[in-house]
Amino acid sequence: MIAFLLRRLGVAIPTLIGATVIAFGLIRLVPGDPVLHMIGERGASPEVYAEMRARYGLDRPLTTQYFLFLKNALNGDFGESIVSGQPVWHEFMDRFPATLELGLIALSLAVLIGIPLGVVAAVRRNSLFDYALMSVSLVGYSMPIFWWGLILILFFSVKLGLTPVSGRIDFAYDVPPWSGFLLIDVWKAGEGWPAFKSALVHLVLPAIALGTIPLATVARMTRSSMLEVLGEDYMRTARAKGLSRMRVIFVHGLRNALVPVITVVGLMAGSIVTGAVLTETIFSWPGIGRWLVESVLARDYPVVQSGILLISLAVIVVNLLVDVAYAWANPRLRGRL
Amino acid sequence: MLTVENLSVSFETRRGRMSVVEDLSFTLERGRTLGIVGESGSGKSVTSLAIMGLLPPNARVTSGHVWLDGQDLLCASESELQRIRGESLAMIFQDPMTSLNPSFTVGFQLEEAMTAHGVKDDLRARAVELLKWVGIPDPEIRLSSYPHQLSGGMAQRVMIAMAIACSPDFLIADEPTTALDVTIQAQILALLKKIQKERGMGLILITHDIGVVAQMADEILVMYAGHALEKGPKDEVIYRPRHPYTRALLASLPGRQENAAFRSRLPTIAGVVPDLLKRPTGCQLHPRCEFADEECRTKPPEKQKVGEVDVKCHRPLEPQ
Amino acid sequence: MSSGGAVESPMTAPSSFGEFWFVFSRNRGAVVGLAIVALFAFLAIAAPWIAPYDPALISDGALLKPPFWSEGGEPGFWLGTDDVGRDLLSRLIYGARVSMAVGFLVVVVSLAVGTLLGLVGGYAGGWIDAVIMRLMDILMSLPSILLAIVVVTVLGQSLVNAILAVSITVIPGFVRLVRAQVLVEKSKPYVIASRTFGAGPMRQIFINILPNCMAPVIVQGTLGFSDGILNVAALGFLGLGAQPPTAEWGTMLSDARSFIESAPWLVTLPGLCILILVLGFNLLGDGLRDALDPRLQK
Repeated sequence: MIAFLLRRLGVAIPTLIGATVIAFGLIRLVPGDPVLHMIGERGASPEVYAEMRARYGLDRPLTTQYFLFLKNALNGDFGESIVSGQPVWHEFMDRFPATLELGLIALSLAVLIGIPLGVVAAVRRNSLFDYALMSVSLVGYSMPIFWWGLILILFFSVKLGLTPVSGRIDFAYDVPPWSGFLLIDVWKAGEGWPAFKSALVHLVLPAIALGTIPLATVARMTRSSMLEVLGEDYMRTARAKGLSRMRVIFVHGLRNALVPVITVVGLMAGSIVTGAVLTETIFSWPGIGRWLVESVLARDYPVVQSGILLISLAVIVVNLLVDVAYAWANPRLRGRL
Repeated sequence: MLTVENLSVSFETRRGRMSVVEDLSFTLERGRTLGIVGESGSGKSVTSLAIMGLLPPNARVTSGHVWLDGQDLLCASESELQRIRGESLAMIFQDPMTSLNPSFTVGFQLEEAMTAHGVKDDLRARAVELLKWVGIPDPEIRLSSYPHQLSGGMAQRVMIAMAIACSPDFLIADEPTTALDVTIQAQILALLKKIQKERGMGLILITHDIGVVAQMADEILVMYAGHALEKGPKDEVIYRPRHPYTRALLASLPGRQENAAFRSRLPTIAGVVPDLLKRPTGCQLHPRCEFADEECRTKPPEKQKVGEVDVKCHRPLEPQ
Repeated sequence: MSSGGAVESPMTAPSSFGEFWFVFSRNRGAVVGLAIVALFAFLAIAAPWIAPYDPALISDGALLKPPFWSEGGEPGFWLGTDDVGRDLLSRLIYGARVSMAVGFLVVVVSLAVGTLLGLVGGYAGGWIDAVIMRLMDILMSLPSILLAIVVVTVLGQSLVNAILAVSITVIPGFVRLVRAQVLVEKSKPYVIASRTFGAGPMRQIFINILPNCMAPVIVQGTLGFSDGILNVAALGFLGLGAQPPTAEWGTMLSDARSFIESAPWLVTLPGLCILILVLGFNLLGDGLRDALDPRLQK
């Protein structure tokens, strides 16, 4: 297991370095003067300009600049937004929980619905249900989610008037951030059921939009993994012991079939970020995805630069955590601790 | 008493219906051992799966009965079968490494075999007892091992412990030693023998090695292409084989080749088991049998009684 | 994921086209996929002749006309018009042209670069291989949208830059595939044999190894089309790709967002085109995989 984790760390560390190089290089590759990019179009006094140059070491060699950039980042200095003047770190931390909440709910939907569907399809291989599920999941897998989100709005919000079209919660509620997850914080703020319901109906469409591709992937993966497991000798042994069919499938089969599924779900952190950028833009969800796109469009370079770094860092950390969980849950790896 | 009566099983394949077991009958009492011998593809494993009710979905029992103490298992409901599996009938398989679930500990899998049949108390103690019984050292520690941490011989001992956890009346061992090292094979066979004696179980031992059944069985059934070619008491079949195929199997045993009498009659079995989708006419063995004549090529032999032995052959051999 | 990667299933080109077609044509999904792709390819090529209007032509007095079957629709504009009075059908047909070209370019760029890197890494081994695979790991573990945003931020928002950005994110798939295949082929007797006859590395790669990697690369290339079309459309939707007034489906969707209540057809139809075309390529790719993979053939 140690060897496995070291190997994963061996991927994570170069990736992290790669992310810093990309973020560092970004602002320097944009044609023009990096300091002017960072100050923005409003201009600045020569003193401020000189101070910025010194702060980022722009008069020094590129490698020195890079290490200065790393040092600043390690000290929590990610620069300031040109648009709001706020430190990028604060802006990130304000928005990250919103994306995390949305992503976790979407992934949970995908896992909780996709796995049972995949198991049933595998057990009833070549049945009508199997064909229907595989066809629908291929459509889901091919879905342009930026369109799918709009269709959901068109149907549930515009036609049926069931759900709000944007934001995380009704303006009537004032929920100070505590965990950052609104579904939890409404209770802390003492707003109770109505606020929770409001947060939930705001969440449901974005979560469906973001969860669609993972759901389709999980259902297909579970099916094929389960089909493989169903032919294994130990499944026959389990039945020969006199276990019920349900127990054989859901305990002996699923436990083994889940290993590749969990691996894939763990690697979804990156594609969730990609999906979140689109979903948050459609539903005006105040998360890091929309923040990043707005910053690109506003040419808010410090935010783009540090945003990319921070989001990459978050993805790398999530991937590592998944690896640890995976190694812990897999007896073959745990045995070699 | 376990009785298989006129059992026929076939598979639906893309190329058509394939008959794998044809009109098979035998009876096994508690405390006795039946050895079923045959090459791969002879239908011996399918027979055991049919008895357990574990045939794959594309298999059909086309005729016959499997009686367990007067109950026809082929008509039993799935919940009845669940009770019977493990409690009355148990089975162990060829490859113990793939037959144990890699994701669960030995203890979990062993205890589950008991809880499935309503045992609730002292599970751990019983599991330790079972492991001790099958000769696994440090049973307390082994309970928390995963299958990949066991050797092949150990894993097969665990499989045996699991199979006898609820003291079944009959145990089917399908090639229990084929996947194991030669030195381990003898130990596992000795263990099976001991369990069978002490617990008074009926044992069906399925193998391709006639030497193994010669050593273990009370009765021997020789299968070829789904047919029982010869069936009878061990000594009769081993020392006075009536079927050319049985004699050929015996002749192929190491140490037997020197025996001039065997050599002269049928030194080896040339050829291979027939394609079950394109079965030969007449006797299934005739393309490989040196005694085959026109009758063998056209007419399937009926079962006939020669002394204590049932033989399916137009030209049974004279005992020597 | 370790840089070693799983060795892909061995796929070889079938012995004849007839044999391939026999397996392929029995797969209903694959045939549907092929039909969809062929239809859009036809629309793309024939756009100037079949589109009723120029996609940029603005018809005054025909703003936000609904499709002909709805109340207020005009027979002159089958699928209605957008907010500045352009014919939606014509824009969708020209959009097929853009998307097919996008998919094609993404596949060509990423396939060329990916195959080259995979061949070099797999054949050379050693530190060259290690460096290439490490870079691919980095590309794969970072969210593809971040890389795309970096490229677009540096080079500016345009369709070409979006294509470039998406191509980069598709490269690692090809590299891993080709490298794994090269490692398999490299150890096969015929390659070793030809080396003993003095065939140089170039000859090895292009005559012996490359043709045997073709089947999986074709499958991956087909799936690369759907990735490319989907992601470039997504960038267009975010305003980071094609810019108005280009008749690009993602960009059209983005423009139509504010009319979701008053002119829903402007939202539904471009997205439907993306979905159908992407689905077509995915079906085609799956069908090709089944038909080209000898392991699945019975």
